[in-house]
Amino acid sequence: MTSTFTMNRRGLLAGVAGMGLIGLMGKPSWAQETPVRGGVLVLGIGGGSTTDDVDVRKLNDWVPVNQAYMLMNGLVEIDANNQATPELFESWEAAEGAVEWTFKVRQGVTFHNGKTLTADDIIYSLNLHRGDTTSAARSIAEAFVDVVKLSDSEVKITLASGNADLPYVLSDYHFLVVPDGFTDWANPVGTGPFVFDTYEAGVRSRFIRNESYWKPGCANVDAVEVIVINDISARTNALMSGQVHAINSLDFKTVDLLRQNPNLQIVQSAGGQHFTFLMDCTQAPFTDNNLRLAVKHAVDRQQLLDTALRGYGRLGNDHPIPSTDRFYNSELPQRPYDPEKAKFYLKEAGVDSAAITLSSSDAAFSGAVDAAAIYRTSAAGAGIEVTVDRQPADGYWDNVWMKKPFAMSYWGGRPTADQMLTIAYQSTSAQNDTHWANEKFDAMLIEARALLDDAKRKEIYWTLQELISNEGGAMIPMFGDYLDGASLKVKGITPHPMFNLMGARMAEKVWLEA
Amino acid sequence: MSRLILGRLAQGLVTLWLVSVLVFTGTQLLPGDVAASILGQNATPGALEAIRRELGLNEPAVWRYLHWLAGFVQGDLGMSLANRQPVADLLWPRFWNTMALATYAAVVGIPLATALGVLTAMLRGTVFDRVTNILALALVSLPEYFLGLILILFLSVKTNLLPSLANVYPGMGFFPWVQATTLPMLVLLLVTTAQIMRMTRTAVLSVMDQPYVETAWLKGMRTKRVVLRHAAPNAAAPVINVVAFNVAYLITGVVLVEAVFNYNGLGRFMVDAVSKRDLPMVQAAAMVFGAVYVLLNMIADIGAIASNPRLRQPRETGA
Repeated sequence: MTSTFTMNRRGLLAGVAGMGLIGLMGKPSWAQETPVRGGVLVLGIGGGSTTDDVDVRKLNDWVPVNQAYMLMNGLVEIDANNQATPELFESWEAAEGAVEWTFKVRQGVTFHNGKTLTADDIIYSLNLHRGDTTSAARSIAEAFVDVVKLSDSEVKITLASGNADLPYVLSDYHFLVVPDGFTDWANPVGTGPFVFDTYEAGVRSRFIRNESYWKPGCANVDAVEVIVINDISARTNALMSGQVHAINSLDFKTVDLLRQNPNLQIVQSAGGQHFTFLMDCTQAPFTDNNLRLAVKHAVDRQQLLDTALRGYGRLGNDHPIPSTDRFYNSELPQRPYDPEKAKFYLKEAGVDSAAITLSSSDAAFSGAVDAAAIYRTSAAGAGIEVTVDRQPADGYWDNVWMKKPFAMSYWGGRPTADQMLTIAYQSTSAQNDTHWANEKFDAMLIEARALLDDAKRKEIYWTLQELISNEGGAMIPMFGDYLDGASLKVKGITPHPMFNLMGARMAEKVWLEA
Repeated sequence: MSRLILGRLAQGLVTLWLVSVLVFTGTQLLPGDVAASILGQNATPGALEAIRRELGLNEPAVWRYLHWLAGFVQGDLGMSLANRQPVADLLWPRFWNTMALATYAAVVGIPLATALGVLTAMLRGTVFDRVTNILALALVSLPEYFLGLILILFLSVKTNLLPSLANVYPGMGFFPWVQATTLPMLVLLLVTTAQIMRMTRTAVLSVMDQPYVETAWLKGMRTKRVVLRHAAPNAAAPVINVVAFNVAYLITGVVLVEAVFNYNGLGRFMVDAVSKRDLPMVQAAAMVFGAVYVLLNMIADIGAIASNPRLRQPRETGA
């Protein structure tokens, strides 16, 4: 990757940085006219396979996740402002301590097969992920000690320990609702905006509008077709030649070229996806925090962002909470590229220079090997000699991640600060990928989780971000935006902080120009 | 002749069996398994164990292989491990897609390539011969995905003449199908034509230098008759070979072309299967690819023998 083709986006970004959602570049279509009904929406989505189905326990790639949201509804929806809003759970209430929660089930919703939604369906759907199950959400659902029906319209969930973020936890895309006792995943039935019609795994699907959909202003198109296009250039070509209305995950390198096309809109969404340089706090030389700080001061973040992501992202500050999060610490000073300070910390660690090996692979993220080379250059200026060890993508997660002392990786965003901090930084987590153990951090994290007072929680989360930034083992230079492309004929598109394609819910929200 | 065919078939079966053993071992050696690839980042030990138990992955590898083999010889391709669909249902529609595209390219390409080869041999040294040769060399040297992207740029994105996605589905009409598949067919055509044409030209030319062809010239025959009647049939054996190899390539080597045009064929099926470590699917695809190669090689050998009487008799020892 060379930097011969960089546009100066710094000025533009500086103006809107911190707003969180950058919005639509190009011609914005959110002059929000009223939705028009009709037309067939065609989406070209990457991330599908011949072995896919929409079994909610196995959802782990973008095509099935988008398809599942077309057919089914979740319990809680994350809106474009990153807030938990009611979906099939109409409202909720937590008892003090946030251990016991009561949820009201939305009334008057029917499944595609005519059955009316009740608490039983929701309990069955949640239980798919509980106990001895093959579900990918099993570890999340382990926290639900008890899920009981209070009445046809009320469900009570009891947690192992208090969690004020339970509605956000329930927004996970595995927690979708099917009728009680449902098992026929080849012919899925849900309450979603579209009804199952034809489906060829990893190739295409076509779902038709649910005429009695409950969500107002949604399900505007007559039908939605998904064409699975895993190859990024094939996907881009399909958009440019007008064969599909929208595609997900644009290539950072070609976005600027796409933008010149007058028929297209580029949708840029800030979110929690970030890229990490992981230092194992239990392996030499990273057992010494001075050395970790030296590494963190030896990176030119702006250069990395401009080169590896072509500017489509935000600077990272060595903690995993994105600026879109309501508990983002906005007053923590941005760590600069400061070779002198890096040298100072090296001296504190008792050395003049350091030689370290950075394990990298494009399995970590696309462009990771280039990013490693860029880091080597900036680190050399700070007296740190970095050797880039390029590893094969196959087996990277088994053999390198969490094993090598200094390795590259990434995290997708999580809906809440608590989830992100818990999975990657709590010392007891199986995925604590820097092996960092800090008792104060663990204790405060658990304390904040059960608090229902947002002001108090904010105070704690701000401290936790500072702790990770100053003592943790992860150097986090940047957050990457989600980039989608769409035809200007598609109206009603908004950026979304969770995933590509409006949090994987584009099909139900947009409409086609008449 | 029938003894020869039966012998070749038996050898082919042994080859296929070896392929199945190699593919099984290779898939076992790859890091990760289907359970890990289904769960991805969420692979907790409990969930992994639950999936492995459900799919029988805890059985010894040899037992699982024998189990698969027993099913296979009875014509049962098994179930996909990842989504529990019968492999046959997933495999055959894609196989026929691949075959249809290969046939389309072969029907256009093989007559074109052999005719061009004979023509350039007849016109050896002329401008036509040289230009054709240079073009052919250039096309052979370009990777097929690059050719594909260039064609998409000019025929699809810029001019909108043909769709960039080779979108085919059951029940589509013949003309929409031709329209959808013409771009990938063109790429395959350009890549294979060049090779067949050059081989045909070389083979015809080498025969043209033989004494009996000179005799034909000296008898006063016209070029057309010398080439078509005397030289071409004797050049058939190497041409049949290269055609067979190219047809095999059309069926088994089109993974890149399928990716560029998003064509739903066997190549993509195999890539999906391997990346999910879905063994019954990997094995089924490998068996199909193996069988295609074995059959086409056999046809090439038999064709060469049939076209050349000298090969029909086993050589006498010491000759």
